[in-house]
Amino acid sequence: MINQSLKQLSQMLASKEVSSVEMTQTFLDRIKQYNPDINAYITLDEDKSLAQAKAADGILAAGTATPLTGIPMAQKDIFCAKDWRTTCGSKMLETFIAPYDANVITQFNHAGAVNLGKTNMDEFAMGSSNETSYFGCVNNPWDLTRVPGGSSGGSAAAVAGRLCAAATGTDTGGSIRQPASLCGFTGLKPTYGLVSRYGMIAFASSLDQAGPMAKSAEDCALMMNVMAGFDERDSTSLNHPKEDYTSKLNQPLTGLKVGLPKEYFAEGLDTDVAKVIDNAIAEYKKLGAEFVDISLPNAGLSIPVYYVLAPAEASTNLSRYDGVRYGHRAAEYDDLMDMYMKSRAEGFGDEVKRRILIGTYVLSAGYYDAYYLKAQKIRHLIADDFKAAYKKCDIIMGPTVPSTAFKTGEKTDDPVAMYLQDIYTIATNLAGLPGMSIPAGFSKSSDGKDLPVGLQIIGSYFDEARMLNVGHAYQQVTDWHTAMPEGFA
Amino acid sequence: MEWEVVIGLETHAQLKTKTKIFSGASTAYGAEPNTQACEVSTALPGVLPVLNKEAVECAIKFGLAIGAELPKLSVFSRKNYFYPDLPKGYQISQFELPIVGKGKVTIQVPETKNQPAYEKVIGITRAHLEEDAGKSVHGAVEGMSGIDLNRAGTPLLEIVTEPDMRSAAEAVAYAKKLHELVQWIDICDGNMQEGSFRCDVNVSVRAKGTTELGTRREIKNLNSFKFMQQAIAYETQWQIETLEDGGTIEQATILFNPDTGETKAMRSKEGANDYRYFPDPDLLPLEVTEADKARVQADMPELPLAMKARFESEYALSAYDAIAITSSRAVAGYFVDTINAGGDPKLAANWVMGGITAKLNTEGKSIADSPIDAATLAQLVKRISDGTISNNAGKQVFEAMWTGGLDVDAIIEEKGLKQVSDTGAIEALVNEVLAANQAMVEEYKAGKQKAFNALVGQTMKASKGKANPAQVNQVLKKKLDA
Repeated sequence: MINQSLKQLSQMLASKEVSSVEMTQTFLDRIKQYNPDINAYITLDEDKSLAQAKAADGILAAGTATPLTGIPMAQKDIFCAKDWRTTCGSKMLETFIAPYDANVITQFNHAGAVNLGKTNMDEFAMGSSNETSYFGCVNNPWDLTRVPGGSSGGSAAAVAGRLCAAATGTDTGGSIRQPASLCGFTGLKPTYGLVSRYGMIAFASSLDQAGPMAKSAEDCALMMNVMAGFDERDSTSLNHPKEDYTSKLNQPLTGLKVGLPKEYFAEGLDTDVAKVIDNAIAEYKKLGAEFVDISLPNAGLSIPVYYVLAPAEASTNLSRYDGVRYGHRAAEYDDLMDMYMKSRAEGFGDEVKRRILIGTYVLSAGYYDAYYLKAQKIRHLIADDFKAAYKKCDIIMGPTVPSTAFKTGEKTDDPVAMYLQDIYTIATNLAGLPGMSIPAGFSKSSDGKDLPVGLQIIGSYFDEARMLNVGHAYQQVTDWHTAMPEGFA
Repeated sequence: MEWEVVIGLETHAQLKTKTKIFSGASTAYGAEPNTQACEVSTALPGVLPVLNKEAVECAIKFGLAIGAELPKLSVFSRKNYFYPDLPKGYQISQFELPIVGKGKVTIQVPETKNQPAYEKVIGITRAHLEEDAGKSVHGAVEGMSGIDLNRAGTPLLEIVTEPDMRSAAEAVAYAKKLHELVQWIDICDGNMQEGSFRCDVNVSVRAKGTTELGTRREIKNLNSFKFMQQAIAYETQWQIETLEDGGTIEQATILFNPDTGETKAMRSKEGANDYRYFPDPDLLPLEVTEADKARVQADMPELPLAMKARFESEYALSAYDAIAITSSRAVAGYFVDTINAGGDPKLAANWVMGGITAKLNTEGKSIADSPIDAATLAQLVKRISDGTISNNAGKQVFEAMWTGGLDVDAIIEEKGLKQVSDTGAIEALVNEVLAANQAMVEEYKAGKQKAFNALVGQTMKASKGKANPAQVNQVLKKKLDA
């Protein structure tokens, strides 16, 4: 059961082969068995999960089920879920019980999906390895000594280890796609504004976007049908007509023009990863796709631009965590200022503090023009690069990450090396474009482990259905996406 | 050396919207603490602001009312600072691109011993939308401070003037005019006690004749015109004395203490703050289209200046009367109602101002509290203009009406104030007076006009004041000149 697609699981529920309660219990049992190894979940609440499953069984029996009714899913702990502890991976919110549902949670609740638990993540989604979580690092199911990527590391490990049928993630600079690549599954970051951010704890508001993390493109399409949609509670939500993301899955790829940005294949890309990508390209040629060389001349500026804009927004988004109304408050303090300083010094981890400091600096009088405004201008140039590229091609492909999963602790003392994990993913966030990572093969590590490699597919605005079609076509002729890590069977 | 004071105002007008500027929480005043603090008001993790369209319409309305530029795009920015009553750690405001650009407000400065009344145009630099903060409550619980977030997120329009005012009187005249205008166009309830309309006043002084601005000090949160007058007077004198004593003025935020009548600098140094403004990524730039403006314009009441001009031309009111009548929408409305109920416009204007508002002012009441409604006043006016009673008799009737009698004719009857307008009766009176005052008749015939007035007086006296003076005049003239 655990390796079945969402469609298959849905059919099993519909045919009464298994109940949602049984299916949920199966995953809860697996979580009990494997979570101690990988630490994918921060908060579990079996009673709540089983109550939802029972309700779902009622809907199934009544015959009013929709495709995700009764399916056990994991929710990144960045989404507020009513009566669930919602920590965002931070000591600051260690005891915070959300009194309301994020829009994403509401949508899954309406669909009758079961919430298995809240997954681990880098603190406030700041990190690429899940090592900044206050609740401990997450281990990659493909090699427990390696990171799962981040910031959606818990969801990634849960999907890869089959500790859920599928999971949600959020992606500010690559936080869905990079872990999808490192853990070998399919992850989609939609067009900015397609999925409501209401109730999703903000890191960098103009870049944050929620998306599905699942085994296959088809699974992601089913989840997108639930997640996407206009929400008047999010002013940046786009009033795009509702789409059925499964409708184009089986279209042939004949004549599809794929652009390969030369900047994504330049120095810095691991040769084994490059080989996997080349093989995937060969496979796509067989499917009828045509490849053209393109250039994204400003892509190299993505990381510096991102590390001005994201911390700038984050520094003020995180001002609300002041110990006054909720969240961590220092036990002892002399006065108001002391309470602020101690509460925040104790409540935030190092990476969060680093970004608050950077953000505060770049917004300060005298530096604003040189950093924030300049970065905004370059952000437009990066978006323009993509616009120009899409005149030559329908879709862009390349590696998701320059290398495979690295060892836990390997990059923790070198923030810049860590930031380079997102060198191929950040530009799409800056441009607001959708990006996806699908498993494309494995690369042998020096210690002999098979580590997954992801192929990135970048579409134009609102082109998710076609991207999912491109991923699905590949997954019809390859089986990388069904591979499971040893020991998790 | 002669000094000149330079004054500019920043006014926070709380907009009369039902809900907060970025959430659906109620804005009603006086509720139990934190009962109007939704998840957005309390800045829970994950919440997002959604702009209240009603607040935008209020701002557009104000912009149109002061003939201001309304740029196509304006931007909401975050003003970052930590304070317990500021739940997000930033205030959403408008910084570089406000919704309302340059406009102007015409003020009337009342006469003083040394100066006649005059008009002046005050430049408005800008007006922008922003959210209010909550309130810190000290002492409600022993040894602790509480936070009430009911007010957090209440929509404000901050209206900023050019440094155009040159006296406390001008500043107060401006503040009063603005106070009336925001109520006139119904965007603010104007309640100063509840903080719906509060002013920050920037004061600096310079040698008269120079053009460079002196260093300003900002008097914060004045919520009465009287305090504003006192605070500016004190602050101006303080600055002049400081400079004359060889001191310098340092930029500061100051508070006015109504008990001592003095101003005092606050501890925090405003200049040291860096608010790190930047565009709020949770809100898109706000677009105001021509259609938006047209829609709001269609709902706009006739504005005081236009109404004043109309009253002058349509009802032949003097400029002075027209200004007074249009000093508030309620008074103007009362006046119009009086006319619509049949009252002669000029007489009605006299009675609304000299009678109703004068009386209300001495009792410290507003026109809504008037014991005499417009229709009843119109009855009185009609009785004067149709000659039933004299203007003087009208005053007695008015006093009786004020204390409860509302039937004009009954009062006239009861007090026996009816004028004698019966030509026969007046002729009889005149005949008596002429017969009894032959000497005066002779004087008149000899060309002394004064004698005629004396004869009118005698006739009025004989009628015990009830004869219609115009008729007495007419009859006398006819008889004497016959």
